[in-house]
Amino acid sequence: MGSVRGLECRECGQLYPAEPLHVCEMCFGPLEVAYDYDVIRNQISREEIARGPLSLWRYKKLLPIEGDRIVDSQAGFTPLVQADNLARALGLRNVYVKNDTVNPTFSFKDRPVSIASTKALEFGFEVLACASTGNLAGAVAAHAAKAGMRACVIIPADLEPSKIVGALVYGPTVVAVDGNYDDVNRVCSEIADKYRWAFVNINMRPYYSEGSKTLAFEVAEQLGWRIPDRVIVPVASGSMFTKVWKGYRELARLGLTSDTAPRMTAAQAVGCSPVVTAFEAHTFDVEPVKPHTLAKSLAIGNPADGYYCLRIIEESGGLACAVNDDEIVEGIKLLAQTEGIFAETAGGVTIAVLKKLTNSGQVDPDELVVAYVTGNGLKTQEALAGALAEPVHVRASLRDVEEALALTGSEAIPVA
Amino acid sequence: MAKQRMKFTFPPDLVTQPVIYNMGKEFHVVTNIRRANVTRDRGWMILEISGNEGEIERAVQWAKDQGVRVDSIEGEAS
Repeated sequence: MGSVRGLECRECGQLYPAEPLHVCEMCFGPLEVAYDYDVIRNQISREEIARGPLSLWRYKKLLPIEGDRIVDSQAGFTPLVQADNLARALGLRNVYVKNDTVNPTFSFKDRPVSIASTKALEFGFEVLACASTGNLAGAVAAHAAKAGMRACVIIPADLEPSKIVGALVYGPTVVAVDGNYDDVNRVCSEIADKYRWAFVNINMRPYYSEGSKTLAFEVAEQLGWRIPDRVIVPVASGSMFTKVWKGYRELARLGLTSDTAPRMTAAQAVGCSPVVTAFEAHTFDVEPVKPHTLAKSLAIGNPADGYYCLRIIEESGGLACAVNDDEIVEGIKLLAQTEGIFAETAGGVTIAVLKKLTNSGQVDPDELVVAYVTGNGLKTQEALAGALAEPVHVRASLRDVEEALALTGSEAIPVA
Repeated sequence: MAKQRMKFTFPPDLVTQPVIYNMGKEFHVVTNIRRANVTRDRGWMILEISGNEGEIERAVQWAKDQGVRVDSIEGEAS
Protein backbone atom coordinates (compact mmCIF):
# COMPACT_ATOMS: atom_id res chain seq x y z
CA MET A 1 0.00 0.00 0.00
CA GLY A 2 1.34 3.43 -0.96
CA SER A 3 2.07 6.05 1.63
CA VAL A 4 0.66 9.00 -0.34
CA ARG A 5 -2.97 9.75 0.56
CA GLY A 6 -3.25 12.36 -2.16
CA LEU A 7 -3.05 16.13 -2.45
CA GLU A 8 -4.67 18.13 0.33
CA CYS A 9 -5.74 21.76 0.25
CA ARG A 10 -3.80 23.73 2.83
CA GLU A 11 -6.82 25.98 3.35
CA CYS A 12 -10.00 23.90 3.29
CA GLY A 13 -8.56 20.37 3.62
CA GLN A 14 -10.22 19.04 0.47
CA LEU A 15 -8.43 15.87 -0.67
CA TYR A 16 -7.56 15.24 -4.34
CA PRO A 17 -5.92 12.27 -6.06
CA ALA A 18 -2.15 12.49 -6.49
CA GLU A 19 -2.21 13.99 -9.96
CA PRO A 20 -0.53 17.01 -11.61
CA LEU A 21 -2.68 19.54 -9.74
CA HIS A 22 -1.67 22.48 -7.61
CA VAL A 23 -4.77 24.55 -6.79
CA CYS A 24 -7.91 23.53 -4.90
CA GLU A 25 -10.96 23.80 -7.15
CA MET A 26 -13.16 24.59 -4.13
CA CYS A 27 -11.33 27.51 -2.53
CA PHE A 28 -8.35 28.08 -4.86
CA GLY A 29 -5.98 27.29 -1.99
CA PRO A 30 -2.59 25.63 -2.59
CA LEU A 31 -2.35 21.83 -2.55
CA GLU A 32 0.31 19.80 -0.79
CA VAL A 33 1.14 16.12 -0.57
CA ALA A 34 -0.60 14.28 2.28
CA TYR A 35 0.83 11.02 3.61
CA ASP A 36 -0.39 8.09 5.61
CA TYR A 37 2.18 8.22 8.38
CA ASP A 38 1.09 4.89 9.86
CA VAL A 39 2.16 3.21 6.62
CA ILE A 40 5.49 5.03 6.57
CA ARG A 41 6.15 4.27 10.25
CA ASN A 42 6.01 0.55 9.50
CA GLN A 43 8.46 0.87 6.60
CA ILE A 44 11.12 3.17 7.94
CA SER A 45 13.84 3.21 10.60
CA ARG A 46 17.12 4.97 11.23
CA GLU A 47 18.95 1.77 10.23
CA GLU A 48 17.01 1.43 6.99
CA ILE A 49 17.82 5.03 6.09
CA ALA A 50 21.51 4.52 6.94
CA ARG A 51 21.65 1.65 4.42
CA GLY A 52 20.36 3.93 1.64
CA PRO A 53 22.33 5.79 -1.03
CA LEU A 54 24.41 8.83 -0.11
CA SER A 55 21.94 11.20 -1.75
CA LEU A 56 18.49 12.56 -1.00
CA TRP A 57 17.06 9.27 -2.24
CA ARG A 58 17.91 7.65 1.10
CA TYR A 59 14.67 9.33 2.27
CA LYS A 60 12.57 8.04 -0.65
CA LYS A 61 9.93 6.64 1.72
CA LEU A 62 9.31 10.19 2.95
CA LEU A 63 8.90 11.52 -0.57
CA PRO A 64 5.87 11.29 -2.91
CA ILE A 65 7.44 8.77 -5.29
CA GLU A 66 5.50 5.62 -6.11
CA GLY A 67 7.60 3.93 -8.80
CA ASP A 68 11.15 2.61 -8.98
CA ARG A 69 12.34 4.83 -11.79
CA ILE A 70 14.00 7.92 -10.34
CA VAL A 71 15.88 10.80 -11.94
CA ASP A 72 19.06 10.50 -9.93
CA SER A 73 21.52 13.36 -10.24
CA GLN A 74 23.07 12.39 -6.88
CA ALA A 75 21.62 15.55 -5.37
CA GLY A 76 21.60 15.97 -1.63
CA PHE A 77 23.44 14.46 1.33
CA THR A 78 25.62 17.54 1.23
CA PRO A 79 28.07 18.27 4.06
CA LEU A 80 26.93 19.57 7.43
CA VAL A 81 29.99 21.53 8.47
CA GLN A 82 30.76 22.14 12.14
CA ALA A 83 31.59 25.82 11.73
CA ASP A 84 33.81 26.48 14.76
CA ASN A 85 35.72 29.34 13.12
CA LEU A 86 32.50 31.09 12.14
CA ALA A 87 31.05 30.43 15.60
CA ARG A 88 34.12 31.93 17.27
CA ALA A 89 33.95 35.00 15.04
CA LEU A 90 30.31 35.50 16.03
CA GLY A 91 30.69 34.71 19.72
CA LEU A 92 28.65 31.51 19.48
CA ARG A 93 29.61 27.99 20.52
CA ASN A 94 27.58 25.56 18.45
CA VAL A 95 27.12 26.54 14.82
CA TYR A 96 26.78 24.28 11.80
CA VAL A 97 26.54 25.21 8.14
CA LYS A 98 24.48 23.04 5.80
CA ASN A 99 26.60 23.42 2.70
CA ASP A 100 24.22 23.02 -0.23
CA THR A 101 26.57 24.85 -2.59
CA VAL A 102 27.95 21.48 -3.70
CA ASN A 103 24.86 20.03 -5.35
CA PRO A 104 25.14 18.95 -9.03
CA THR A 105 24.03 22.34 -10.38
CA PHE A 106 25.39 24.18 -7.36
CA SER A 107 22.20 25.05 -5.51
CA PHE A 108 19.51 23.42 -3.37
CA LYS A 109 17.16 23.54 -6.38
CA ASP A 110 18.48 20.12 -7.39
CA ARG A 111 16.49 18.70 -4.46
CA PRO A 112 12.98 19.80 -5.50
CA VAL A 113 13.75 19.29 -9.19
CA SER A 114 14.88 15.69 -8.51
CA ILE A 115 11.41 15.00 -7.16
CA ALA A 116 9.54 17.05 -9.79
CA SER A 117 11.38 15.42 -12.72
CA THR A 118 10.90 11.92 -11.28
CA LYS A 119 7.20 12.61 -10.78
CA ALA A 120 6.92 14.12 -14.29
CA LEU A 121 8.24 10.86 -15.75
CA GLU A 122 5.81 8.92 -13.56
CA PHE A 123 2.93 11.00 -14.96
CA GLY A 124 4.15 10.45 -18.54
CA PHE A 125 5.15 14.04 -19.32
CA GLU A 126 7.71 14.57 -22.07
CA VAL A 127 8.55 18.23 -21.43
CA LEU A 128 10.02 19.57 -18.19
CA ALA A 129 9.64 23.34 -17.88
CA CYS A 130 9.94 26.24 -15.49
CA ALA A 131 9.78 29.97 -15.10
CA SER A 132 13.08 31.03 -13.63
CA THR A 133 15.43 33.87 -12.87
CA GLY A 134 18.48 31.68 -12.43
CA ASN A 135 19.16 28.69 -10.18
CA LEU A 136 16.01 26.80 -11.13
CA ALA A 137 16.71 27.05 -14.87
CA GLY A 138 19.99 25.16 -14.53
CA ALA A 139 18.51 22.51 -12.27
CA VAL A 140 15.54 21.88 -14.58
CA ALA A 141 17.70 21.74 -17.72
CA ALA A 142 20.18 19.34 -16.09
CA HIS A 143 17.53 16.98 -14.73
CA ALA A 144 15.66 16.95 -18.04
CA ALA A 145 18.94 15.97 -19.73
CA LYS A 146 19.43 13.15 -17.24
CA ALA A 147 15.82 12.01 -17.62
CA GLY A 148 15.87 12.16 -21.42
CA MET A 149 13.09 14.75 -21.42
CA ARG A 150 12.80 17.95 -23.42
CA ALA A 151 13.44 21.03 -21.32
CA CYS A 152 11.92 24.44 -21.81
CA VAL A 153 13.09 27.27 -19.59
CA ILE A 154 11.27 30.58 -19.68
CA ILE A 155 13.15 33.62 -18.42
CA PRO A 156 12.85 37.40 -18.35
CA ALA A 157 14.73 38.81 -21.36
CA ASP A 158 17.04 40.95 -19.22
CA LEU A 159 18.52 38.04 -17.24
CA GLU A 160 22.32 38.15 -16.78
CA PRO A 161 24.18 36.19 -19.53
CA SER A 162 26.12 34.08 -16.96
CA LYS A 163 22.88 32.63 -15.62
CA ILE A 164 21.62 31.79 -19.10
CA VAL A 165 24.87 29.94 -19.88
CA GLY A 166 24.40 27.91 -16.68
CA ALA A 167 21.16 26.56 -18.16
CA LEU A 168 21.96 26.53 -21.88
CA VAL A 169 24.86 24.13 -21.45
CA TYR A 170 22.40 21.31 -20.67
CA GLY A 171 20.64 21.83 -24.01
CA PRO A 172 17.18 23.18 -23.11
CA THR A 173 15.06 25.50 -25.22
CA VAL A 174 15.33 28.89 -23.54
CA VAL A 175 12.56 31.39 -24.21
CA ALA A 176 13.35 34.97 -23.21
CA VAL A 177 10.15 36.93 -22.56
CA ASP A 178 10.02 40.71 -22.85
CA GLY A 179 8.88 41.63 -19.36
CA ASN A 180 9.62 41.03 -15.70
CA TYR A 181 9.35 37.84 -13.63
CA ASP A 182 5.62 38.48 -13.03
CA ASP A 183 5.02 38.53 -16.78
CA VAL A 184 7.05 35.34 -17.20
CA ASN A 185 5.00 33.62 -14.48
CA ARG A 186 1.72 34.65 -16.07
CA VAL A 187 2.79 33.37 -19.50
CA CYS A 188 3.91 30.07 -17.93
CA SER A 189 0.55 29.61 -16.20
CA GLU A 190 -1.19 30.09 -19.55
CA ILE A 191 1.14 27.57 -21.24
CA ALA A 192 0.56 25.08 -18.41
CA ASP A 193 -3.22 25.43 -18.92
CA LYS A 194 -2.97 24.77 -22.65
CA TYR A 195 -0.14 22.25 -23.11
CA ARG A 196 0.71 19.02 -21.36
CA TRP A 197 4.02 20.18 -19.95
CA ALA A 198 5.39 19.51 -16.50
CA PHE A 199 6.08 22.96 -15.05
CA VAL A 200 8.06 22.17 -11.93
CA ASN A 201 6.88 25.25 -10.04
CA ILE A 202 3.31 25.31 -11.35
CA ASN A 203 1.45 22.02 -11.95
CA MET A 204 4.23 19.93 -10.33
CA ARG A 205 4.61 22.30 -7.40
CA PRO A 206 3.14 20.08 -4.65
CA TYR A 207 5.68 17.35 -5.51
CA TYR A 208 8.55 19.70 -6.36
CA SER A 209 8.42 21.48 -3.01
CA GLU A 210 8.53 18.18 -1.06
CA GLY A 211 12.16 17.81 -2.16
CA SER A 212 13.20 20.58 0.20
CA LYS A 213 12.17 18.43 3.20
CA THR A 214 15.40 16.53 2.67
CA LEU A 215 17.26 19.61 3.95
CA ALA A 216 15.72 18.82 7.34
CA PHE A 217 16.12 15.04 7.14
CA GLU A 218 19.82 15.28 6.37
CA VAL A 219 20.64 17.78 9.09
CA ALA A 220 18.85 15.69 11.72
CA GLU A 221 20.61 12.51 10.61
CA GLN A 222 24.00 14.22 10.35
CA LEU A 223 23.56 15.51 13.90
CA GLY A 224 22.98 11.94 15.10
CA TRP A 225 19.19 12.23 14.85
CA ARG A 226 19.07 15.41 16.82
CA ILE A 227 16.90 18.42 16.04
CA PRO A 228 18.77 21.75 16.04
CA ASP A 229 17.67 24.42 18.52
CA ARG A 230 17.46 26.98 15.74
CA VAL A 231 17.71 26.97 11.96
CA ILE A 232 18.32 30.03 9.79
CA VAL A 233 16.65 29.63 6.39
CA PRO A 234 16.62 32.14 3.51
CA VAL A 235 13.14 33.05 2.29
CA ALA A 236 12.19 33.86 -1.31
CA SER A 237 8.72 32.39 -2.02
CA GLY A 238 8.89 30.66 1.37
CA SER A 239 8.46 27.18 -0.10
CA MET A 240 11.77 25.85 1.21
CA PHE A 241 11.15 27.38 4.65
CA THR A 242 7.78 25.63 5.01
CA LYS A 243 9.16 22.31 3.78
CA VAL A 244 12.19 22.38 6.08
CA TRP A 245 9.68 22.75 8.91
CA LYS A 246 7.50 19.96 7.52
CA GLY A 247 10.58 17.73 7.32
CA TYR A 248 11.51 18.22 10.97
CA ARG A 249 7.93 17.68 12.10
CA GLU A 250 7.66 14.48 10.07
CA LEU A 251 10.78 13.04 11.70
CA ALA A 252 9.32 13.71 15.14
CA ARG A 253 5.92 12.32 14.14
CA LEU A 254 7.54 9.10 12.92
CA GLY A 255 9.58 8.73 16.11
CA LEU A 256 12.90 9.10 14.26
CA THR A 257 13.79 12.07 16.48
CA SER A 258 12.55 13.46 19.76
CA ASP A 259 9.41 15.53 19.62
CA THR A 260 11.14 18.86 19.58
CA ALA A 261 11.03 21.57 16.93
CA PRO A 262 13.68 24.02 15.81
CA ARG A 263 13.06 27.73 16.19
CA MET A 264 12.48 28.57 12.53
CA THR A 265 14.25 31.79 11.64
CA ALA A 266 13.56 33.47 8.30
CA ALA A 267 16.31 35.42 6.56
CA GLN A 268 15.56 38.03 3.92
CA ALA A 269 17.27 40.98 2.23
CA VAL A 270 16.10 44.46 3.22
CA GLY A 271 15.39 45.22 -0.45
CA CYS A 272 12.83 42.39 -0.56
CA SER A 273 11.58 41.54 2.91
CA PRO A 274 7.78 41.23 2.88
CA VAL A 275 7.82 38.36 5.41
CA VAL A 276 10.11 40.20 7.83
CA THR A 277 8.00 43.35 7.51
CA ALA A 278 4.83 41.42 8.37
CA PHE A 279 6.58 39.64 11.26
CA GLU A 280 7.73 42.95 12.72
CA ALA A 281 4.22 44.40 12.31
CA HIS A 282 2.73 41.36 14.14
CA THR A 283 0.45 40.54 11.22
CA PHE A 284 -0.02 37.49 9.00
CA ASP A 285 -0.92 39.68 6.02
CA VAL A 286 2.03 39.83 3.69
CA GLU A 287 2.13 43.07 1.75
CA PRO A 288 3.76 42.48 -1.67
CA VAL A 289 6.81 44.63 -2.46
CA LYS A 290 8.84 45.53 -5.52
CA PRO A 291 12.24 43.86 -5.02
CA HIS A 292 15.44 45.83 -5.13
CA THR A 293 18.27 43.77 -3.72
CA LEU A 294 21.64 42.27 -4.50
CA ALA A 295 20.21 38.88 -3.49
CA LYS A 296 18.45 38.19 -6.79
CA SER A 297 17.65 34.57 -5.92
CA LEU A 298 15.55 35.87 -3.00
CA ALA A 299 13.87 38.66 -5.00
CA ILE A 300 10.27 37.45 -4.77
CA GLY A 301 8.09 40.41 -3.87
CA ASN A 302 4.81 38.50 -3.48
CA PRO A 303 5.87 35.25 -1.81
CA ALA A 304 3.45 32.38 -2.43
CA ASP A 305 4.14 30.86 1.00
CA GLY A 306 4.71 34.07 2.96
CA TYR A 307 1.61 33.60 5.11
CA TYR A 308 2.56 30.01 5.96
CA CYS A 309 6.10 31.09 6.87
CA LEU A 310 4.68 33.55 9.40
CA ARG A 311 2.47 30.87 10.94
CA ILE A 312 5.48 28.55 11.31
CA ILE A 313 7.64 31.29 12.82
CA GLU A 314 4.96 31.87 15.43
CA GLU A 315 4.39 28.17 16.14
CA SER A 316 8.10 27.43 16.49
CA GLY A 317 9.00 30.53 18.52
CA GLY A 318 11.25 31.65 15.69
CA LEU A 319 12.27 35.01 14.29
CA ALA A 320 12.47 36.89 11.00
CA CYS A 321 15.25 39.31 10.18
CA ALA A 322 16.47 41.26 7.15
CA VAL A 323 19.93 42.52 6.22
CA ASN A 324 21.07 45.13 3.73
CA ASP A 325 23.31 44.69 0.68
CA ASP A 326 26.51 45.67 2.54
CA GLU A 327 25.74 43.18 5.29
CA ILE A 328 25.07 40.49 2.66
CA VAL A 329 28.50 41.01 1.09
CA GLU A 330 30.09 40.94 4.55
CA GLY A 331 28.20 37.70 5.24
CA ILE A 332 29.59 36.10 2.08
CA LYS A 333 33.11 37.17 3.01
CA LEU A 334 32.76 36.07 6.64
CA LEU A 335 31.69 32.56 5.66
CA ALA A 336 34.39 32.28 3.00
CA GLN A 337 37.13 33.58 5.27
CA THR A 338 36.21 31.48 8.32
CA GLU A 339 34.97 28.22 6.82
CA GLY A 340 36.26 28.25 3.23
CA ILE A 341 32.73 28.11 1.79
CA PHE A 342 31.89 30.47 -1.07
CA ALA A 343 28.15 31.14 -0.94
CA GLU A 344 25.95 33.05 -3.33
CA THR A 345 24.09 36.12 -2.08
CA ALA A 346 21.31 34.10 -0.39
CA GLY A 347 24.00 32.40 1.72
CA GLY A 348 25.34 35.85 2.56
CA VAL A 349 21.85 36.76 3.76
CA THR A 350 21.73 33.69 6.03
CA ILE A 351 25.11 34.36 7.63
CA ALA A 352 24.48 38.10 7.97
CA VAL A 353 21.14 37.42 9.67
CA LEU A 354 22.82 35.02 12.10
CA LYS A 355 25.37 37.72 12.88
CA LYS A 356 22.75 40.42 13.32
CA LEU A 357 20.56 38.32 15.62
CA THR A 358 23.61 37.28 17.64
CA ASN A 359 24.76 40.87 18.05
CA SER A 360 21.30 41.90 19.21
CA GLY A 361 21.26 39.10 21.78
CA GLN A 362 18.40 37.18 20.18
CA VAL A 363 20.49 34.04 19.61
CA ASP A 364 21.74 32.29 22.75
CA PRO A 365 25.50 31.57 22.46
CA ASP A 366 24.91 27.94 23.45
CA GLU A 367 22.11 27.22 20.99
CA LEU A 368 22.79 24.57 18.36
CA VAL A 369 22.26 26.69 15.26
CA VAL A 370 22.18 25.42 11.68
CA ALA A 371 22.62 28.01 8.92
CA TYR A 372 21.33 26.86 5.54
CA VAL A 373 23.63 27.97 2.72
CA THR A 374 21.76 27.12 -0.43
CA GLY A 375 23.76 28.22 -3.48
CA ASN A 376 27.30 28.53 -4.77
CA GLY A 377 29.10 31.87 -4.87
CA LEU A 378 30.48 31.26 -8.33
CA LYS A 379 26.95 31.96 -9.58
CA THR A 380 26.84 35.53 -8.25
CA GLN A 381 30.42 36.76 -8.45
CA GLU A 382 29.27 40.19 -9.63
CA ALA A 383 27.89 40.78 -6.12
CA LEU A 384 31.45 41.06 -4.82
CA ALA A 385 32.59 43.65 -7.36
CA GLY A 386 34.74 46.18 -5.53
CA ALA A 387 34.38 44.38 -2.20
CA LEU A 388 37.57 42.32 -2.31
CA ALA A 389 41.25 43.25 -2.22
CA GLU A 390 42.84 43.59 -5.66
CA PRO A 391 45.71 41.24 -6.60
CA VAL A 392 49.21 42.61 -6.00
CA HIS A 393 50.90 43.05 -9.38
CA VAL A 394 54.68 42.64 -9.65
CA ARG A 395 57.32 41.90 -12.25
CA ALA A 396 58.54 38.29 -12.36
CA SER A 397 61.35 38.65 -9.84
CA LEU A 398 61.83 37.54 -6.25
CA ARG A 399 62.91 41.03 -5.19
CA ASP A 400 59.71 42.57 -6.54
CA VAL A 401 57.59 40.00 -4.67
CA GLU A 402 59.54 40.65 -1.46
CA GLU A 403 59.14 44.39 -1.83
CA ALA A 404 55.45 44.18 -2.65
CA LEU A 405 54.74 41.92 0.32
CA ALA A 406 57.21 43.70 2.61
CA LEU A 407 59.01 40.42 3.26
CA THR A 408 62.40 40.35 4.93
CA GLY A 409 65.15 37.79 4.42
CA SER A 410 64.83 36.60 8.03
CA GLU A 411 61.39 35.12 7.28
CA ALA A 412 62.82 32.85 4.58
CA ILE A 413 62.48 29.10 5.11
CA PRO A 414 65.93 27.51 5.29
CA VAL A 415 66.44 24.93 2.55
CA ALA A 416 67.91 21.72 3.91
CA MET B 1 -15.98 32.75 -22.17
CA ALA B 2 -12.76 33.46 -20.31
CA LYS B 3 -12.11 32.91 -16.61
CA GLN B 4 -9.44 34.47 -14.44
CA ARG B 5 -8.58 33.73 -10.85
CA MET B 6 -7.07 36.52 -8.82
CA LYS B 7 -6.51 38.02 -5.40
CA PHE B 8 -7.93 41.45 -4.62
CA THR B 9 -6.49 43.34 -1.66
CA PHE B 10 -8.44 46.34 -0.36
CA PRO B 11 -6.81 49.31 1.38
CA PRO B 12 -8.55 50.78 4.47
CA ASP B 13 -10.61 53.34 2.54
CA LEU B 14 -12.12 50.66 0.31
CA VAL B 15 -12.95 48.09 3.00
CA THR B 16 -16.47 49.44 3.48
CA GLN B 17 -17.13 50.11 -0.22
CA PRO B 18 -19.21 47.68 -2.37
CA VAL B 19 -16.40 47.33 -4.92
CA ILE B 20 -17.32 43.86 -6.20
CA TYR B 21 -21.00 44.79 -6.58
CA ASN B 22 -20.10 47.94 -8.48
CA MET B 23 -17.70 46.05 -10.74
CA GLY B 24 -20.47 43.61 -11.64
CA LYS B 25 -22.81 46.52 -12.44
CA GLU B 26 -20.28 48.47 -14.49
CA PHE B 27 -18.99 45.54 -16.53
CA HIS B 28 -20.44 42.34 -17.98
CA VAL B 29 -18.48 40.03 -15.72
CA VAL B 30 -19.53 37.40 -13.17
CA THR B 31 -17.62 37.39 -9.89
CA ASN B 32 -17.36 34.21 -7.83
CA ILE B 33 -15.74 34.72 -4.42
CA ARG B 34 -14.08 31.58 -3.03
CA ARG B 35 -12.18 32.83 -0.01
CA ALA B 36 -11.94 36.17 1.78
CA ASN B 37 -10.91 37.89 4.97
CA VAL B 38 -12.15 41.36 5.75
CA THR B 39 -11.23 43.22 8.92
CA ARG B 40 -11.86 46.80 9.98
CA ASP B 41 -8.83 48.23 8.21
CA ARG B 42 -7.94 45.67 5.55
CA GLY B 43 -9.45 43.03 3.33
CA TRP B 44 -8.55 40.47 0.72
CA MET B 45 -10.58 38.27 -1.53
CA ILE B 46 -9.75 35.31 -3.75
CA LEU B 47 -12.18 35.22 -6.62
CA GLU B 48 -12.83 34.03 -10.14
CA ILE B 49 -14.03 36.49 -12.75
CA SER B 50 -15.76 35.16 -15.88
CA GLY B 51 -16.74 36.95 -19.04
CA ASN B 52 -15.42 38.20 -22.32
CA GLU B 53 -11.61 38.50 -22.17
CA GLY B 54 -11.58 42.21 -22.98
CA GLU B 55 -14.37 42.89 -20.49
CA ILE B 56 -12.44 41.10 -17.71
CA GLU B 57 -9.38 43.18 -18.54
CA ARG B 58 -11.39 46.41 -18.35
CA ALA B 59 -13.07 45.35 -15.11
CA VAL B 60 -9.76 44.50 -13.47
CA GLN B 61 -8.23 47.77 -14.63
CA TRP B 62 -11.24 49.60 -13.17
CA ALA B 63 -10.69 47.82 -9.84
CA LYS B 64 -7.02 48.82 -9.88
CA ASP B 65 -8.02 52.40 -10.63
CA GLN B 66 -10.27 52.33 -7.56
CA GLY B 67 -7.21 51.44 -5.46
CA VAL B 68 -7.56 47.64 -5.29
CA ARG B 69 -4.30 45.70 -5.45
CA VAL B 70 -4.61 42.79 -7.88
CA ASP B 71 -2.29 39.75 -7.72
CA SER B 72 -2.26 36.20 -8.98
CA ILE B 73 -3.91 33.79 -6.52
CA GLU B 74 -0.77 31.73 -6.09
CA GLY B 75 1.66 34.54 -5.41
CA GLU B 76 5.13 34.10 -6.83
CA ALA B 77 6.67 30.68 -6.67
CA SER B 78 10.38 29.97 -6.77
